[in-house]
Amino acid sequence: MKRSTIDIWVGVFVAAGFAGLLFLALRVGNLTFSTTQAYQVQAKFANIGGLKVRAPIKSAGVVVGRVSDVRFDNESYEAIVTFNIDTHYQFPRDTSAKILTSGLLGEQYVGLEAGGDGVMLKSGDRLRLTQSAVVLENLISQFLFNKAAEGKSDKDGKDGK
Amino acid sequence: MASPSIVEIENVTFGYDAARPALDGVSLRIGAGSVVGIMGQSGCGKTTLLRIIAGWLKAGSGSARVLGERVDKLDSAGIFALRRKMGMLFQFGALFTDMTVFDNVAFQMREHTDLPSDLVNDLVLMKLEAVGLRGAARLMPSELSGGMARRVALARAIALDPQLMLYDEPFTGLDPISLGVIARLIRTLNDSLGQTSIVVSHDVQECFDLVDYVYMMSPAHIVAHGTPAELRRSQEPFVGQFVRGETDGPIPFHYPAPPYQADLEALGHG
Amino acid sequence: MAELLGRLGHTVTSKIWRLGFAARFFAYTLLHSGTALRRFGLTVREIYFAGVMSLVIILVSGMFVGMVLGLQGYETLQRYGSSEALGILVALSLVRELGPVVAGLLFASRAGSAITAEIGLMKATEQIAAMEMMAVDPIARVVAPRFWAGVISMPLLAALFSAMGIFGGYLVGVQLIGVDEGAFWSQMQASVDWREDVLNGVIKSVVFGVAVTWIAVFEGYDAAPTAEGVSGATTRTVVTSSLAILALDFVLTALMFTGGNAR
Repeated sequence: MKRSTIDIWVGVFVAAGFAGLLFLALRVGNLTFSTTQAYQVQAKFANIGGLKVRAPIKSAGVVVGRVSDVRFDNESYEAIVTFNIDTHYQFPRDTSAKILTSGLLGEQYVGLEAGGDGVMLKSGDRLRLTQSAVVLENLISQFLFNKAAEGKSDKDGKDGK
Repeated sequence: MASPSIVEIENVTFGYDAARPALDGVSLRIGAGSVVGIMGQSGCGKTTLLRIIAGWLKAGSGSARVLGERVDKLDSAGIFALRRKMGMLFQFGALFTDMTVFDNVAFQMREHTDLPSDLVNDLVLMKLEAVGLRGAARLMPSELSGGMARRVALARAIALDPQLMLYDEPFTGLDPISLGVIARLIRTLNDSLGQTSIVVSHDVQECFDLVDYVYMMSPAHIVAHGTPAELRRSQEPFVGQFVRGETDGPIPFHYPAPPYQADLEALGHG
Repeated sequence: MAELLGRLGHTVTSKIWRLGFAARFFAYTLLHSGTALRRFGLTVREIYFAGVMSLVIILVSGMFVGMVLGLQGYETLQRYGSSEALGILVALSLVRELGPVVAGLLFASRAGSAITAEIGLMKATEQIAAMEMMAVDPIARVVAPRFWAGVISMPLLAALFSAMGIFGGYLVGVQLIGVDEGAFWSQMQASVDWREDVLNGVIKSVVFGVAVTWIAVFEGYDAAPTAEGVSGATTRTVVTSSLAILALDFVLTALMFTGGNAR
């Protein structure tokens, strides 16, 4: 019977296939089985730009958590962003959150800057100090307006002379 | 034929399409223990009749009783149960090409029974010995000659000792020696195992030497039946033509066509 | 005109008829899978023919696709000064799209056509009929093991294709061109989500596996029992399953990655 050799090959194939899946999940997809606890903190932003769910939350450049939810608040007309922060990292209550961009055109992330309060943040708290995303279009139009205004005043000045 | 009947076909009609019936009011009765031939030219419905007996096709009207069951009324589970008492030899053997000769013969035993493997081994060798091919047990079907393949298929068909054997053109494409071997095997297996056999064939001489009784078909009808000796003496023109192999007679040489002259002119001017 | 319409109507009707038969065949195969799963040796044997025999073509193609991605991706990314993102580009395109799709297409032409030809030939040589005559259901004994073997093999092959492709991209990008190795892997890990990307890719490949093997076993079982019938059915298997893979890929991508929080 040729059965046994077939069995070996099928066994090798299935094992290799699962190794491939495992490689994709662990090495490529970074699946972690660690059961790290996280606590939720919310923050309101006037504008979140291109921030997405699962965007990293960094403090001093270190990833301390991820964005778990983005919602629109119907009362204040602002965005409410929920952060999932690893319980290993504790922050004072007056910590501020900024939406930043990695590089000029890179993806957006949340930067946390620790404050000086003695009381630490706990689950369900809301960050008071936030700074919205810098929207490139607004920046450019602002720049152009300024330029135009400058040019106009220059002209006025010249005419005046 | 006073023995109890194994197959009773009564007034069966069947058509693949409505316009041209393949069987039209066919009746026959086959007694236990006999070898019966169903003969006729190609395309006259004899294979269709065999398929109705095997429960493959359902008769349009009439009744078909095989081994005491109405095959035209059975559901598929009932037909499968009935088929375990039947064996069939296909025209070219139809061996499973991905299995050895041994596994081919063992196939039904492994599918239908829980026999221990050493018993299966003994039974397979016994069946192969009966067809004289015990030595070929480890070969693959592709290594067999046509006649050997047919004999292996025969060993496979009798693996579970069927009561009714169906042979679909068992002699087609065989050399005279293999042909004689197969014919002798059909007879000896039938008599020694107490089977009933139905042989569908158009080989007149081999079939007449082998069978006890013959049903002769021309398209969709049974036109004559009797023992081979009776049919040889028959004065009926169709039987005479078929038995003696004349090219023209009640069965015309020409396929129906418009007059020759008209056809030639039509093509010439077309 | 009326004749033309009539013929068109006839074609459409017969296609729908065939589709209905294919669906019933699929349901029947699923219902009669008991034998294939109970006597798993039958399925293992078919995994050997469908999966193991496709390994070489899958691994080699995966490697080359990954290497091409590495080269092309580097060319494009370095214009924007972000060649470190090469890992993301290679991994995401393989895991989400190219792995399941290209592996599926290769599987259809390597294993799917073989399944169709085998079942078609078994039918042409009356082996299927002989099996029915021996009171063995050919769908349970022949079709179902091949179906399940295909469904099991396909995701494994797609995973191997993607893994091999990422390795190929790594070889070209890191070893040959000199993209920073740490950035290559860490950026990849930071951007590829195992649920969003890897698991969805696996789901895709399972769906493709079902589609391809279903088409293959059906075409084989439905083939006219002649040489032309079998060769026509084999061609139809490759054409239909390739189209099915690409169409299903669009549908699945639309369902999976535009759920609002896709990145």
